[in-house]
Amino acid sequence: MDFLQPTDWAEALAVRADRPEAVPVTGGTDVMVELNLARRRPTALLDLGRVGGLADWGTDGDLLRIGAAVPYRRIVTELAGRAPGLAMAARTVGSAQIRNRGTVGGNLGSASPAGDTFPPLLAADAVVELGSVRGVRRVPVAEFCTGPKRSVLAPDELIAAVLVPPAAGPERFAKVGTRNAMVIAVCAFALALRPGTRRVGTGIGSAAPTPVRAPAAEELLAAELPWATRAPLPESLTRRFGELVAAAASPIDDVRGTAAYRRHALGVLARRMVDRAWTAYRNGGAE
Amino acid sequence: MRISCVVNGEPRRADDVWAGESLLYVLRERLGLPGAKNACEQGECGSCTVYLDGRPVCACLVPAGQAQGREVVTVEGLPVGADGLHPVQRAFVAAGAVQCGFCTPGLVVAVHDLLERHPDPTDPEIREALAGNLCRCTGYEAILAAVRLAALRDGGDDGPEGRLRDGGDDGRPDQGRREGP
Repeated sequence: MDFLQPTDWAEALAVRADRPEAVPVTGGTDVMVELNLARRRPTALLDLGRVGGLADWGTDGDLLRIGAAVPYRRIVTELAGRAPGLAMAARTVGSAQIRNRGTVGGNLGSASPAGDTFPPLLAADAVVELGSVRGVRRVPVAEFCTGPKRSVLAPDELIAAVLVPPAAGPERFAKVGTRNAMVIAVCAFALALRPGTRRVGTGIGSAAPTPVRAPAAEELLAAELPWATRAPLPESLTRRFGELVAAAASPIDDVRGTAAYRRHALGVLARRMVDRAWTAYRNGGAE
Repeated sequence: MRISCVVNGEPRRADDVWAGESLLYVLRERLGLPGAKNACEQGECGSCTVYLDGRPVCACLVPAGQAQGREVVTVEGLPVGADGLHPVQRAFVAAGAVQCGFCTPGLVVAVHDLLERHPDPTDPEIREALAGNLCRCTGYEAILAAVRLAALRDGGDDGPEGRLRDGGDDGRPDQGRREGP
């Protein structure tokens, strides 16, 4: 096994093109588990930990640009204002040790339906930037995953960054697990309200072959939330929203939970998140 | 491959490291530092917690090659007093926070980091900071007590926490205090 250590992005893309079978690794929190437990024996690891700039964040026009190697800890501590939903999700990942190492790019690259960053990135209309020696392309997060642990990432491509429209209103994230840390989500849900444009974003995790949005639920809230009056949420609206979120999922029975439980829990999470986000909107006055 | 890095303040080198090898294996099997424990090998238990460039990480999940040129501090590298213990370790002893001891080195590093960042942590902060360190013996209550005790030591030098002080670090030997005025 080779350990390939490019130090800049161009070199990383050249190595990736030359050795497409090499497994990219940054924080190691997924890849090293597979190596330690002898589930995987790649011919090479492609270490992206020394690629300059990959662990930086900044702005790209109106978008927040988060480099693929930015760890969860920095998303929690540095981006809670700009990307609150993503920061809430990042805080629920693993443990402090895992959040010091695991990265948003790694979460995307693993393409797990349970990846914690997917729901808030879906709700925020985020876009993944992919690079290769052939050039750069941008893929909406909603189109990134093609199945469990499968994505549109080509063998010669690397994830450069995720581009997130800055929060334009309250965002919330919650996940269900057996404890408050170190769990793979049984199901997860993220919500973004954008009062300025009267739009709503959602993201569902761990309840379909890929992370998915709940378009009918988004349309319902966008049309029926009392945006102008900021009146309390009608209970009928909250309930209908929960039903539409649950209906958007296509969960399975597995070791972490049953499909029926996941659907039920998603409805609960959806009602809870819209309650909290709407309360924040009513109290905050922003936008 | 060859790995050179600074471990506990000293330049160290390991040869013939396999590309898929973990930092934990290098520390334990090649550099003779068995403090960080090898248990789950999947980042679940925290017993291999070490500092990498000042941040606590699971050494089992760090590809050894990523440690090249970096700084590693293991439980063996924490500063100790005349009794050979760091105040966090002294608090663990005083609170009875150790049973089999396998999780202890990882917990000591995690608590050390917590108290560096939050000298007076709340209980929820303690629980969040230690969520990645599993203990199968103690039920955690004595560990939480040890963290509170270690934090008290940093907060003042009167009261029962005084016994956690190392005899050498404040110029007031324990013996002298026991004798009283």
